[in-house]
Amino acid sequence: MSGLHRFALFTAASTLCLIIAGALVTSNDAGLSVPDWPLSYGQWMPEMVGGVFYEHGHRMIASFVGFLTIILNVWLWRSESRSWVKKLGLAAFFAVVAQGVLGGLTVLYFLPTPISVGHACLAQLFFTMTVSIALFTSPAWKRQAAERADRMLDEGSPTLRHLALGANLIILTQLALGAAFRHKGFGIEPHLIGAAAVALIVIWVLARVTSRFASDRPLMRWALLINGLVMMQLALGGATFWVRAATESSPQPLLPMVALTVAHVAVGALILAISVLFTIQAHARTRRPSNDVEQPDLATSS
Amino acid sequence: MLKLRLFGLVAAGALVLSFGCGGGGEEAASEPAAGETAAVETFTVDPATAASVSGKVSFEGEAPRATRINMSAEPDCHGLHSEPPTASPVEVADGSLANVFVWVKSGLEGKKFETSKTPVRLDQKGCLYTPRVVAVQTGQTLNVGNDDPTTHNIHPLPKANREFNKSQSPGASDIEATFPRQEIMIAVKCNIHPWMKAYINVVDHPFFAVTGADGTFDLKGLPPGDYVIEAVHETLGNKEMNVTLGDSASETADFSYAG
Repeated sequence: MSGLHRFALFTAASTLCLIIAGALVTSNDAGLSVPDWPLSYGQWMPEMVGGVFYEHGHRMIASFVGFLTIILNVWLWRSESRSWVKKLGLAAFFAVVAQGVLGGLTVLYFLPTPISVGHACLAQLFFTMTVSIALFTSPAWKRQAAERADRMLDEGSPTLRHLALGANLIILTQLALGAAFRHKGFGIEPHLIGAAAVALIVIWVLARVTSRFASDRPLMRWALLINGLVMMQLALGGATFWVRAATESSPQPLLPMVALTVAHVAVGALILAISVLFTIQAHARTRRPSNDVEQPDLATSS
Repeated sequence: MLKLRLFGLVAAGALVLSFGCGGGGEEAASEPAAGETAAVETFTVDPATAASVSGKVSFEGEAPRATRINMSAEPDCHGLHSEPPTASPVEVADGSLANVFVWVKSGLEGKKFETSKTPVRLDQKGCLYTPRVVAVQTGQTLNVGNDDPTTHNIHPLPKANREFNKSQSPGASDIEATFPRQEIMIAVKCNIHPWMKAYINVVDHPFFAVTGADGTFDLKGLPPGDYVIEAVHETLGNKEMNVTLGDSASETADFSYAG
């Protein structure tokens, strides 16, 4: 495993921790416990008590992830031969900068719903970028592209590629609906409908992989993983909703509600990331019926 | 094509600017003509005919059990209490309901009353807001004090007034706030200490009260007329009552909530 790949993995893992830290801020109602930005109470390090622990802790982890992203970019530009991977790294850098600005705006403008939802969605997208960079820098990916294994025909309407892309869009929409609910944009009903849509599309994907690509073990594994995560997410969502209703009259956020909600957010992020990885693999491991054009070598192409 | 798009953008921008800068017809119409007085005279109640409405807000049935607050995340707060304090939006004592905001909801339209110069105080003591419900007139000063050895942040969540979020360190001077628009039950929270909750009511006139432990209220100095008196509780909801006041009348309006 190359050092760059390990570092990309570490950046992705840290980003997931950052998403969890962000979810802890919202779930503990600590979103505006630090009223100023970019400093916290005019300091780089305020007293970490109460809600400040979550809010400033989130900022500290965000800064750390920002630095990791800068280092990742420098490493990519110095050692990566594929220009499209470098550009993906650059896109991730701009995304994390935009995230920082959005985070600041949520503080300065008292959590306006559109900005809070944008902050939540961009977090998921940034996580997906870091996970993708980790995939593209992995020895397994380079080996897969270099071996140019026989790719199976992606027939049918819609194709597996289109199903996978559709799944990404539906999952991202569902994440946005969840964020809008959490930030009191609207009620839970759209998010419930979105949950049903996500379940249906991932089952459809699994059915397609099972019927036409069962011999492709990596695709099967990815499809099964997505379905497993979605089933877990449905259970977490139900439990979160029930606990939230049961503790509605509590004077403060209680640990079970916080833990379940944060887990629900984290698994949501994982589902989007895994779905995007599956989409990438679906494109890499299949071919269209009329696609006899020589494919670029993804291991080395610039 | 690009030129067409650019032209469209510029034209749209010019249109927006023209409305913003010169098209304020409504604003222009509201400006008084030269020589006219824009000020509205304040209404003075004739003491000879001033009436009053008093009453009691009661609670029937079993009140929800108060919940203990876990302040362990904040040692400075935790150390202020010998045991975890309780919190309940429904405070009942001998059938009397406290923290109910009672006000004249209608019947005073068109009358402008002088704003009280006496500030109302909201304290942060023991990492709890005291009192839980306060009321001020529009433009009346609300002083928020911090009696605790820890920083709080005062974050009202109004819909009609301007939101703010200010930190207040231990020993800091009071935060002064005024609210220019009438608004009932503005929630206030401290994002550092999520269990802290209070409500601010802002009214255009001075005829309002917040019930204490005995559940009573007294709205004095009202001009004779027909009124709607409303009682508002943060979780139990609103109740209204029609009251007609004659010259120097003293009427009773009792409200009752049930569990």
